[in-house]
Amino acid sequence: MAPKLPPQHTLEQSSATTTAGQAQEHDHHHGGPTGIKRWLLTTNHKEIGTLYLLFSLSMFFIGGIFALVVRAELFQPGLQLVEPEFFNQMTTMHGLIMVFGAVMPAFVGLANWMIPLQVGAPDMALPRLNNFSFWLLPVAFGLLLSTLFMPGGAPNFGWTFYAPLSTDYGPPSTTFFIFSLHIAGISSILGAINIIATILNMRAPGMRMMDMPLFVWTWLITAFLLIAVMPVLAGVITMMLMDINFGTSFFDAGGGGDPVLFQHLFWFFGHPEVYIMILPAFGIVSAIVPAFARKPLFGYASMVYATASIAILSFLVWVHHMFVVGLPLAAELFFMYTTMLIAVPTGVKVFNWVTTLFRGSITFETPMLFALAFIVMFTIGGFSGLMLAIVPADFQYHDTYFVVAHFHYVLVPGAVFAIIAGAYYWLPKWTGHYPDERLGRWHFWLSVIGVNLTFFPMHFSGLAGMPRRIPDYALQFADFNMVSSIGGFIFGVSQLLFIAVLIKCVRGGEKAPAKAWDGAEDLEWTVPSPAPLHTFETPPDLTSQAPQRH
Amino acid sequence: MSGSYYVPETSKWPALGSAAVGLMMIGMGVVLVHGVGSLVLGLGTVAVLAVMWFWFRDVVIESRQGLYDAQMDRSFRWGMGWFIFSEVMFFAAFFGTLYYVRVFALPWLDGEGAKGIATLLWPDFTASWPLMNPPDSSISGPRDIVSPWQLPLVNTLFLVASSITLTVSHEALKEGLRATARNWLIVTLALGACFLVVQGVEYYEAYTHYGITLDAGIYGSTFFLLTGFHGFHVTVGVVTLAVMLGRILKGHFSRDDHFAFEAGAWYWHFVDVVWIGLFLFVYVF
Ligand SMILES: [Cu+2]
Repeated sequence: MAPKLPPQHTLEQSSATTTAGQAQEHDHHHGGPTGIKRWLLTTNHKEIGTLYLLFSLSMFFIGGIFALVVRAELFQPGLQLVEPEFFNQMTTMHGLIMVFGAVMPAFVGLANWMIPLQVGAPDMALPRLNNFSFWLLPVAFGLLLSTLFMPGGAPNFGWTFYAPLSTDYGPPSTTFFIFSLHIAGISSILGAINIIATILNMRAPGMRMMDMPLFVWTWLITAFLLIAVMPVLAGVITMMLMDINFGTSFFDAGGGGDPVLFQHLFWFFGHPEVYIMILPAFGIVSAIVPAFARKPLFGYASMVYATASIAILSFLVWVHHMFVVGLPLAAELFFMYTTMLIAVPTGVKVFNWVTTLFRGSITFETPMLFALAFIVMFTIGGFSGLMLAIVPADFQYHDTYFVVAHFHYVLVPGAVFAIIAGAYYWLPKWTGHYPDERLGRWHFWLSVIGVNLTFFPMHFSGLAGMPRRIPDYALQFADFNMVSSIGGFIFGVSQLLFIAVLIKCVRGGEKAPAKAWDGAEDLEWTVPSPAPLHTFETPPDLTSQAPQRH
Repeated sequence: MSGSYYVPETSKWPALGSAAVGLMMIGMGVVLVHGVGSLVLGLGTVAVLAVMWFWFRDVVIESRQGLYDAQMDRSFRWGMGWFIFSEVMFFAAFFGTLYYVRVFALPWLDGEGAKGIATLLWPDFTASWPLMNPPDSSISGPRDIVSPWQLPLVNTLFLVASSITLTVSHEALKEGLRATARNWLIVTLALGACFLVVQGVEYYEAYTHYGITLDAGIYGSTFFLLTGFHGFHVTVGVVTLAVMLGRILKGHFSRDDHFAFEAGAWYWHFVDVVWIGLFLFVYVF
C-alpha cells in the first residue's frame, strides 16, 4: 500500500462549540456522567477497551466452566455426571462462548485500547459506533446464555451448527441462538469498520503504513477478514432461520437444497474466522518478542506480507473441513494444496520471531514467557494442522480428538496465551503498575502444564480413534481422558491466579514509568503510565523521525 | 480540551440502541417460537427506528454546526464504504447459494458426477432449473415461473433509470442547483417507490397464480431469499433518500459538503447493481 499523506487538521475545534443543541449538553469529558452511566454512555476508547476486556474475561470463565463440565464427565468412561443431552449443550455452548464471546471480544478490547495509542490518535474514528458495538455484546450473549433455561435446552448441535442437525433436529431455542449470533455479528462488523477507519484515517502525521506496529497491521487485515466473512455467517444463519420457521429448503435435499451447502457457507466464514482469532495474536507476539529480546523485529516487511498472504489464502481453503463429506477429487486436491500453502507464510512468521530472539539480550518477564510459549505451542498446533490438511490422513483423523487437540493448541496456547501475554505486557500502561511477577510466573507455569496435560493426550486418543462430542468412550481411552481432565482442571483453576494478578495490579504494585519495558519502542510507551483518559489530543508529529523499522 | 482532532461528545443513543436491538430480536424470537409477543416485537422495532432517528439527528445537528472536520468526513467515508462492502458479502452468500444449487446440488441429486450415489435417494428425480418438481413428492414445486420480460424488466428499467436520475440530482447539488437536485431526487424516489409496488404485485402473483412460495422447494427459497432481501434494501434506500429530500427542503447540504447525500447515493447504486445480478440470474438465466 502506498504511504498515505498525513491527515490535514483544522485547529479551530474546541469542545466549547460542541454543546449547543446536543442531547448531552453537560457531558463534558471532565465531570461527565458517573457510575453505571459513565460506562453505558462512554465513547472513550480506553473505557470501551476495558469493557470489552472485562466482558471477554467473564465469558472466558463461563465458557471455561462449560468445558470443565465436559472434562468432568469424560474423567472416566461411562455416563456419570450429566445427561448426554446436556453434555451436547455444554460442548456447543463452550465453543460458541469461547469463539464469539471470549477470544474475539478480547482482541477487539486490545485493539480499542492499543490501536489509538499505537498510531497516535486521540480515539477511535467513530467513537459512538464503538460504544454501540460493545453494548450489543452483553445483549447477544445474555440471549445466548438464556437458551440454557428454555424448554428443550440450549443449542446442542456443536458450535458449527451443521444443518440439518440444527434445523430439523435442533431444540426450539435454535431460533434465539440465531438471533444472538446475528447481534454478535453486527457488533463484530461495526467494530471492524471502526478499526479500519481508525487505522487508515487517524494515524499521526508522518506515520506511514509501513511504520505501523505489527499489532496495528495484523488488526487491519483481521478487520478486513471480519467485514468479508461475518456477513456470510449472517447469511447462512438467516437461511437456517428460514428453513426452521418459513418452510424453505436451503439445506433440505428433499426440496432440492443441500446440507453440504450449509457446510460450504459455514466454512467459508469459518476458516477466515480462525485467522481472525490468530492474526492479532501474531501482532501481540511481534510486539513482545522484540521488546524482551531488546532487538528490532526481524523481517518487519515480510511479517506484513506474510499476514496479508495468510488472509488471502484463508478464502481458498475452507473445504479442508469437509474432506469426508463426499466431494469431487479435484476439489479435495485443490483445497489440500492451498491449505498446505498456508504453512509457508506462517513459517515465515515463526522464523522471524526465532531470528529476532537470536543473539538478543533476552529477559523472561511474564509477558515474554507467555509469548515464547505461544511460539512453541502454536507451532505444534500448526504442525497438527498440516497433518489434517493431508486428505487421506484426514479421512482417518476427521471428527476425532486429534482435531480437538489441533484447534485447542492454536486457540488456547495460541490465541488465549497471546491475549494473556498482551495483558501482562500492557497492564503497566493500563494501570500504572507492573503486574506481580511472582504470581505471574505461577500463572504461567501452571497454565503451560495444564494446557499440555489437557490437550497433548488428545492427539493420542484421537489417533486411536476416539470420536469428539460423545459423552462416553471405549475403555482403551480411559487413561488419556483422565490425564486430560486433570490437566483441564489445573488450567481452569490456575486462571484464578490471573484474576488475582489483575486485581493486585489495579490496586497497586510497583510503579511503572511511561516506558515500562526497556526494549519496548512503540508509540504507546511515550505516554504516561497509566495512560490518561485522553491521549494524543494533539497528534504527535512523526514526520521528523527517522523511519522506525527499516 | 483544545485538541486538533474532533472527538464527539458522549451519547445515550448507542446504549439505548443495543437495548432496542435486543428487544426487537427477543420479540422476533418469541413470535417465531411461541407464536406470542408481537407487542414486544412491535415495541422493539419502533424503538430501533426511534434510536436511529435520534442518533442520526444528533449527527446532523453536529454536522450543521460545522463541528466535523475533513478528517471526520474521511472517517464517515471509510465507514460507509466498508459497510457497503459487508453488504456485498451478505448478498454474495446468497448468490453463491443460487450458483451452488444450480451447478452442483441439483445435477448431483440427478446422479451426475463421480459421487452419483445421491441418485439412490430419489431415483425418479430429474434435475431442471427452475426446479418445478422437487425430489421429495411431499414438497410441491411452483406451477409456473415469473417471466423476466414482464414485471421484472419493468423493474429493471425503473431501477436503472433511478440510478441515472440520482446521479443527475447529485451533479446538480454539486453545481449548487438546489431546485434541480430536489426535483431529480423526487423522480428517483418515485421510481424507487414504483419498483417496490411492482415487486409487491409480483409477489402477489407469485403466491396466488404461480405457486412460487417459500415452501415450494429450492426455487421458491432462493427466489424469495434474493428478491426479498433486495426488496428490503430498496426500502431502506428509499427511506434514506426520502430523508435526504427532507434535508434538501430544509436547506441542508452545500455544494461541497453533502456526504450524507453521497452515502445514500452509494447505497442506492449498490442496491441497483444487486438488482442487475438478480435480474440476470434469478429471472433471465
Ligand atoms: Cu480451516
